[in-house]
Amino acid sequence: MIQKEVATLREAVADVADGATVMIGGFGTAGLPNELVGALLEQGAKDLTIINNNAGNGDTGLAALLAARRVRKIVCSFPRQVDSHHFDRLYRAGELELELVPQGNLAERIRAAGAGIGGFFTPTGYGTELAKGKETREIDGRMYVFETPLHADVAFIKAERGDRWGNLTYRMTARNFGPVMAMAAKTTIATVHEIVPLGTLDPECVVTPGIFVQRIVRIDRVATSAGGFRQQA
Amino acid sequence: MAARVARDIPDGAVVNLGIGLPTMVANHLPTGREIVLHSENGVIGMGPAPREGEEDFDLINAGKQPVTLLPGGVFFHHADSFAMMRGGHLDVCVLGAFQVSASGDLANWHTGAPDAIPAVGGAMDLAIGAKKTYVMMEHTTKSGEPKVVERCSYPLTGIGCVTRIYTDLAVIDVTPRGLVVVESVDGLPFDTLQARTGAPLVRA
Repeated sequence: MIQKEVATLREAVADVADGATVMIGGFGTAGLPNELVGALLEQGAKDLTIINNNAGNGDTGLAALLAARRVRKIVCSFPRQVDSHHFDRLYRAGELELELVPQGNLAERIRAAGAGIGGFFTPTGYGTELAKGKETREIDGRMYVFETPLHADVAFIKAERGDRWGNLTYRMTARNFGPVMAMAAKTTIATVHEIVPLGTLDPECVVTPGIFVQRIVRIDRVATSAGGFRQQA
Repeated sequence: MAARVARDIPDGAVVNLGIGLPTMVANHLPTGREIVLHSENGVIGMGPAPREGEEDFDLINAGKQPVTLLPGGVFFHHADSFAMMRGGHLDVCVLGAFQVSASGDLANWHTGAPDAIPAVGGAMDLAIGAKKTYVMMEHTTKSGEPKVVERCSYPLTGIGCVTRIYTDLAVIDVTPRGLVVVESVDGLPFDTLQARTGAPLVRA
């Protein structure tokens, strides 16, 4: 029998190793799997490489992981935020390596990893600082930059509903990086707000097929920042 | 400026409005035109901001502000969203800028200051993806330096990607024969406009 449901967040992240590359979904607070990041903080893995769109906000989640000096490198598109003070301090002190990637290249490099693509030529970033030193090619009169796939050992994503096979649906713009990160990691761990019996999710509406997911954990729906959720589900 | 940009967006267009000044274009879209807004975090068919107390932070725009969804609106993941851009499926993209060059190079992501923390987000993808890339910015900096220049001194976001520039003084097309002034504010002599611009202008 296939049973991907795991009872606790702690159990779900127990085997994340020191030096692991961890993808963290989310854009803004939408789809941000802060509960899993919190469990990883408790678990203690260090020397991590984190792939996320941002570099932590405020003092919780990824920001707390940075503050605890557990991250060696971060790959992201937009680290600078009004409340990214932990990242700002560590980056300025030279204690955190940053690989800055245009957002669309970030998404496509993650997708490429999941799809088994060895790299791709993209027009994004051509002629800019972020393409310095990279292979370029003219294709049909347009210039492109070669970008490589981004793999991960573990992906943390937040979905809405799931079943024991790991099939997932999402909620509105909380979908963001979830489906591509789920494909790109050796172990994908998804939190959901509801686990339903197999056959309940409409097969026409499943966004991430369970083959891309290794573990799911049910969590309560809690208020995100600025009043995100008004009620418990 | 926002109203002037909005006037040029045709019925049926799918449009991405960048963060900052371009967001204001949404408030000036002419009635009677069906214009669909895309946001790179994964939504097409964005509606106006929700009423106070009705915000849902699972439904946000690229600026991370709560929005609403219009009938027909859809959600998609990040790789699809940027495929819409990079693949040339968006009709218009409106962006802010530090500088635009005579050949349509855009600088809008980084001042290049050595102590600044770089952050690019979707700027480079947006710049090169849409069928038309409009820039909306003040004609000069606060200290009076031209923002339309011969060559950008700030780090580039994209090369030759800008179609049209809207400033508080003029509307300027980037064309093979140079920067063509489509229109300028009432009573502004061409020579004065030229004096406030860092690259040669061509009369329409």
